Amino acid sequence: MDDALVIAGRSFGSRLFLGTGKFPSSRALAETITSSATELVTVALRRVDPTADGDILDAIPDHVLVMTNTSGAADADEAVRLARLARAAGLPTWIKVEVTPDPRHLLPDPIDTLRASERLVADGFTVLPYCPADPVLCKHLEEAGCATVMPLGSWIGSNQGLRTRAALEIIVEQSLVPVVVDAGIGAPSHASEALELGADAVLVNTAIGTAADPAAMGAAFRLAARAGRAGFLAGLAAPRRTAEASSPLTGFLA
Amino acid sequence: MSVSAVELESRPTGLPPGTAAADLASVDLARLRALAAGADPTDVEQVLARADRSTGAGRRLEDFAILLSPAAGDRLEDLARAAHTLTVRRFGRTVHLYAPLYLSNECVSTCTYCGFSAGNDIVRRTLTVGEVATEARALLDRGFRHLLLVAGEHARIVSKDYLVECVATLAPVVPSLAAEVQVWDTATYRRLVEAGCDGLVVYQETYDRDTYGSSHRKGKKRNYDWRLAAPDRAAEAGMRRLGIGALLGLHPDWRVEAIAVVAHAQALIRRWWRTEVSVSLPRLRPAAGGYAPADPVGDRDFVQLLCAIRLVLPDVGISLSTREPATFRDGLVPLGVTTMSAGSHTEPGGYAEPSAAEPQFEVSDDRPPEVVAAALSSAGYDPVWKDWQRA
Repeated sequence: MDDALVIAGRSFGSRLFLGTGKFPSSRALAETITSSATELVTVALRRVDPTADGDILDAIPDHVLVMTNTSGAADADEAVRLARLARAAGLPTWIKVEVTPDPRHLLPDPIDTLRASERLVADGFTVLPYCPADPVLCKHLEEAGCATVMPLGSWIGSNQGLRTRAALEIIVEQSLVPVVVDAGIGAPSHASEALELGADAVLVNTAIGTAADPAAMGAAFRLAARAGRAGFLAGLAAPRRTAEASSPLTGFLA
Repeated sequence: MSVSAVELESRPTGLPPGTAAADLASVDLARLRALAAGADPTDVEQVLARADRSTGAGRRLEDFAILLSPAAGDRLEDLARAAHTLTVRRFGRTVHLYAPLYLSNECVSTCTYCGFSAGNDIVRRTLTVGEVATEARALLDRGFRHLLLVAGEHARIVSKDYLVECVATLAPVVPSLAAEVQVWDTATYRRLVEAGCDGLVVYQETYDRDTYGSSHRKGKKRNYDWRLAAPDRAAEAGMRRLGIGALLGLHPDWRVEAIAVVAHAQALIRRWWRTEVSVSLPRLRPAAGGYAPADPVGDRDFVQLLCAIRLVLPDVGISLSTREPATFRDGLVPLGVTTMSAGSHTEPGGYAEPSAAEPQFEVSDDRPPEVVAAALSSAGYDPVWKDWQRA
C-alpha cells in the first residue's frame, strides 16, 4: 500500500522528521539520519557555517531534505530575514518558522509566527510553522498558505509527551494540511501516540540527540512512527469506560 | 538629541524602580545565608527528591540555599547526577566555545584584584580598530565565531565611540559579538546593539556592599548601584544576551555571594523575559600588583555550587573561563557548563603576535583551542563554534 506523506508536492517515505541540535558529534548525527530513515531534517541557520571544516550540513546526505529553521528569531522580522539569508546561502526554500521571544522555554509566539508565515509564503517559501497547539491559530496558518502546521506536543526539549493531546485531536480533525507534532516527544511511544491519533508526522530532536546511543534511538523512533501510523490506518478501536463483551448480548434477537 | 558627553557620564546612585537591581535589593539575603549554613540532611533530601523529577529543583531561592549547605556537600554525587541529567536534556551534549579579545588594559579604577588596576606599573596598550580587526582575524582562523570584547575602564581612551567602531568593524565577519567593558548608560548600550553587539557581560564582582567598597578603592567603578543596574539598562536597550556573575574569593562567604548571583539572574529573567541570561562564578587568580585571593573557594565547594546553580536555573547558560585548570575544566563539562573560552590571551594584541602588554590575570588552562575541542569530542561532547546568526 502506498502510504507516502505528501507535503507541498514532495513525497516522503518516512513520517519521522529529525532535528539536528544537541548531538554529541557530527558523526553521531550522520549515523542517526541513516538509522532513523528520516527524509527531512531541520537545521538551525545559526549553526550553519559554510566557511568551517566539518560543518553540520556535511553530515546530511543528498537524498535528505534540509529544512532551515529560524531558531533565535524573536519576532517576525527576524524570522523573515533569517529565511532570506538561508535562501541567499543556497539552502532549500523549505523553512521551519520558529519565532521564540522567550529564550528559556522557547515557546512559539502565535502572533509573530502567523505574521512571518504570511510574509514568507508570499515570498515563495514552503513554510512549515512551529506553533502552539491552538486549533484556531492552526486554521489561520493553513489559510495563510502554510504547507503544514506543526503544533507542539509539550514544551520543546521537555520530553513530556503529548500534554496538548486534547487540542491536537481537534487540530488533526480540522486540518486541511498535514499536521506534524513538533516538540515534547520524549519517547518512541509518544511518537506512536501522535501518529495513532492521526497526526501525519512527528519532528523529534532532544529525545534522539541526547540519548545514550542516538543512532539506536533513531532506529527505535523509526519503528515507533511506522507502528503508530499502521495502527491509525488499521482503524483503532475507540477506548471505552466500561468492559464490553466481545459477543453481543442482544445477538439472540433476530 | 543634544546630550553632552558630560551628562552621559553622570552616574546617579540609587536603584531605579522597575529594575531587577531594585528587585534584588528586596531579597532577604541574611535569611537565605542562614539557611545555607544550617540546612539539615532532611532538607537536602527533600530538595533532591524534587530535582529527581528532572524538572529542576524548583525556582525557589530557599531550595538553592539548601543545596549550597554543608549538608548538601555530603550529597555531592547526587547533586552532580541530577545536574548532569538536566544539562544534557536542555543543552544536549554540546559546549559552546568563545574567545575573549582584549582591546585595552588602560584603566582609571583601582580594584585590588585586577592586573589592569590604575596605579599598577604595567605596560599599557590600547589596540587601534585596525589591530582589533587583525586580532579578530587570527581568532576566526582558529575557528572562533563568538568573540567577547574586553577592556579596562577608561572612558576617554576606551570611549563609547571607540567601542561602537570596534563592534561595527567586526560585526560583518564575526557572527556573535559580546562586550565586557565599563558600564554605560542605556543610550550607549543601544548604540552598541545597533552596531551588532548581541551580548553584554557585566559582573557585579561582589554583591556585598562593604566588600565592594573595600575592593574598589578609587574610580567610577565605586558606584555599586550604577553597576548593579547595568544589565537592566542593557536589556532595555535590546541586548539579546546578558552574562552576570561574581568573583569568588573577594567575599569570605561564597555561599551568600552565589545566592545573590542566582537571585539577580532570576530577577533579570522576570523583568526581561526576552533576554537570555547566563551566569559565571570565576574563581580569582593571582594578578599583577601582588594580588592573591584572601578567601579561595575549594574545588569541592565549586563543584557543589555549579551543580546547585544548574538545579535551580535549569535553562540558564553557565560559562567557564581559562582561569580554571585543564583537568578541572574537563571534569566540570558534564555537570552543567555550557560555554567555555579556550586558548585565551588576556593581554591586548596577544593573538596576532606575542605582546609585552600585561595580562589581566594568569591563564590556568593554556591549551590551544583545537586541543580543548578535541578533549570535548573525546568526552562525547560536540564543540560548537558557531551558534548565532544576526538576522
